[in-house]
Amino acid sequence: MTLSLTYHLQVVNFLAAMLLLIAFAMLSQRRIVGLVTLFAWQGAALSLSTAIVAWSTDQHHLYYSAALTLILKVIAMPWYFYRLVKKLDVDRDVEPMINIPTTMLIGIALVIFAFNLALPISEMSGTVTRSTLGIAMASVLLAFLMMITRSKAIPQVIGFLAMENGLFFAATSATYGMPLVVELGVALDVLVGVFVLGIFFFQIRETFDSLDLKHMEKLKEK
Amino acid sequence: MNESLLSQMPELVNLAWMGVLCWIGLGFAALFLQKSRGLLSLVFPLGTLVALAMAGLGLAGLLLPASAVVLPIGLPDLPMHLRLDALSGFFLLLLGGAAFGVTLYAWGYFKDLAAGPLALILLWYHLFLAGMSLVLLADDAYAFMVAWEVMALSSYFLVTTDHDQPAIRSAGFLYLLIAHVGAVALLLCYGVLQGGEVANAGAYTFAYMRHAEMTPFWASAAFLLALFGFGAKAGLVPMHVWLPEAHPAAPSPVSALMSGVMLKTAIYGLLRVTFDLLNVQLAWWGTLALTLGLVTALYGVIFAAVQSDMKRLLAWSSIENIGVLLAGFGLTLIFYTDGKGALAALTLTAMLYHALNHAFFKGLLFTGAGSVLHATGERNMDRLGGLMAAMPWTAWLTLMGALAIAGLPPLNGFVSEWLLLQAFLLTPGLSHSYLNMVIPVAAAAVALAAALAAYVMVKFFGVTFLGAARSPAVSHAHEAGWRERLGMLWLAAGCVLLGLFPVQVIDALAPVVRLLTGQTLVNGGNWLMLAPVDAERASYGPLVFFAVVLVTLLLVFLWVRKAYHGRVRRSDPWDCGYPEQDARMQDSAEGFGQPIRLIFSSFMRVERDTPDPFDRQPKYRGDSRDKLWVLLYQPIADLAAWLSEQAGRLQHGRIQWYLIYSFATLIFLLVFVTR
Repeated sequence: MTLSLTYHLQVVNFLAAMLLLIAFAMLSQRRIVGLVTLFAWQGAALSLSTAIVAWSTDQHHLYYSAALTLILKVIAMPWYFYRLVKKLDVDRDVEPMINIPTTMLIGIALVIFAFNLALPISEMSGTVTRSTLGIAMASVLLAFLMMITRSKAIPQVIGFLAMENGLFFAATSATYGMPLVVELGVALDVLVGVFVLGIFFFQIRETFDSLDLKHMEKLKEK
Repeated sequence: MNESLLSQMPELVNLAWMGVLCWIGLGFAALFLQKSRGLLSLVFPLGTLVALAMAGLGLAGLLLPASAVVLPIGLPDLPMHLRLDALSGFFLLLLGGAAFGVTLYAWGYFKDLAAGPLALILLWYHLFLAGMSLVLLADDAYAFMVAWEVMALSSYFLVTTDHDQPAIRSAGFLYLLIAHVGAVALLLCYGVLQGGEVANAGAYTFAYMRHAEMTPFWASAAFLLALFGFGAKAGLVPMHVWLPEAHPAAPSPVSALMSGVMLKTAIYGLLRVTFDLLNVQLAWWGTLALTLGLVTALYGVIFAAVQSDMKRLLAWSSIENIGVLLAGFGLTLIFYTDGKGALAALTLTAMLYHALNHAFFKGLLFTGAGSVLHATGERNMDRLGGLMAAMPWTAWLTLMGALAIAGLPPLNGFVSEWLLLQAFLLTPGLSHSYLNMVIPVAAAAVALAAALAAYVMVKFFGVTFLGAARSPAVSHAHEAGWRERLGMLWLAAGCVLLGLFPVQVIDALAPVVRLLTGQTLVNGGNWLMLAPVDAERASYGPLVFFAVVLVTLLLVFLWVRKAYHGRVRRSDPWDCGYPEQDARMQDSAEGFGQPIRLIFSSFMRVERDTPDPFDRQPKYRGDSRDKLWVLLYQPIADLAAWLSEQAGRLQHGRIQWYLIYSFATLIFLLVFVTR
């Protein structure tokens, strides 16, 4: 039992590392289609790790969470985004506001900060997966950083969803997930949010002939 | 009425809140009856009946023992407590009495309005009345604040009835702003009074606050907050700025109610908090209130003297009267804390009497001004004049109000001001030698305010109703309808009766005075003669006075008729140039106020455009503005604008910057949490 637990833990830790790696990859990815693929992979890693935690600790409601993640974040949303990108015809290289090496350096600083931050919290937690809390927080901060450095609308929404991934992972690692009702609610919120934002993309492009958010500065009150 | 009959009667307070419900019901019924004009015109008459019932209940509440009820409405665990005691009863009587006349008047005043706007006015008007009576009945802080806000908001909507005019919108905004600043102070005051007891759900009731122990520091904090909060509603200088803006903006019956009744709810609140809810009273509160009251009274009357707009003049005059009331309140506190119960009772009686009088004569003056406005479409007195011939009823009734407010016997204004001056003249009995020397000066200030108030009324009545017409609008003027006249007649009758029977009125006031000061005013005279202190010192018999006035008038009239008109008169053909006289040669409102403006020019900012002597079409414009506006409000407004401009710099319009704000806050909080 102990042996299998450590073995499972190794897999979870590996997946957590993948999560962080994908977060960095997203920071450096210039193309939107690539970003969507990375987002799907991140969702897959999240779903798998949740399922393993569920199996090793007999938390049945986590199976539902894993399934929900799989359906929403690995299949439905990436598919929707691929369609959106094709329809809006926006898959070009996007120049980030800060150049990529600098962004990566800031990202590393954020990871160190997140690990320091997680140390006292994870000591209080009683879960087997508590060591991954730092990674979860790091991926939240990195996703936030991605939202800040991108000027196009779709990468920002993907950044927002990646942040949600990180939060979800933090919840699983610190307390074996939130109650199912909460998770269902969050999932529904995310789903609705993505659809609303999808509609906004069309509106923004219609108004400004572009999805570049810097045009929205004109909306500022003089 | 014997004991068994009393016990069979339903509790008065239950009847009172049913009356409030009737008003609310009438208001909402009006909203749904817009289709039927006939039913809609029934709402005001029904409202007058409720007002009359409320006045009766108020009188009963004044004379019978207090009754209380807990209503099962409100937030969970926060039921509404209502209570009708002598103090609430007195103010309810004031409300019902004034509201009866004003509602009768409003019935006629609004009769030509289209169904939609009329329904809205009916809704807010009745909610306003209901809110004011709930303020008087409330027996817990929660019910009080809810009622207070209902009153403030409904009156805001009434003030902005003609909201298509920008000036009226900004007047309404100013009113709403000051009302809310005041309400916040009241909320804090109740917070202090209940001692910050969050856990104890019963601590918000007045019953709890009455017994709460208070250190002098916290009691002073509560008093100052109450003075600020209620002062903002009453129009205490320097929170008075909304009054001269809101009163001209509101329809006249609404101005009459706001000035006559709503300002009194603030006085009620101040009395309730200071004498009923607080267990300790300090002498310096009285000095503070007295000083502020005198400043307000003088400030108000000086500005009233230089106004040309009728309703603005009346609004400033309301400020003056509130100042007098507050000075009376301060003097009551001084006597009370000095252990001079009998003198405190005298001052409080004078103050309550004046509050009641002001409700009647100011209601009468505002309705009279409303009739003039309705008939001519003019508020500016410099374009009125000579209305006595066209509108005799309005003119004579307004004259009654003007004489009453000017403090001429035998009308009601004289009694209360005379009583108040009696109280001021008795201060040498105080144990503070310093106050002893200063208060005679205060008495002089009150006398000055009263004299100037008479001057203001000469101006108001003389320029508006006497002389010759100053503009063509006046020549089309018509007399007010019978409903308006009836309403004004009621208010004028109030002024006369309150003036002729002071002894009886003072007897009726005794329960309130006993409730607050523990003593009552003992009349040293008989049923005809009022002698507040001692028959030797001073006494006043209004009926005797009235009889003498009547007889003198009659004799003079007969003599003039007989001796003067009886003989043949001859006059010169050229008449010393007088045939050339026209309406422009009369003294104007502006000119009448000129001496006061010159004497007190340091209080105001005068803007004048004097025309060039060679101008073919000379135009003159003069405007006397409140200096406090520039000295106090403008800096505050500028500061607020500057701060919002600084805060506006945060707005870049770039979503990335907004994200960075969130990100920085997140990082900061995370660092903070792990500390």
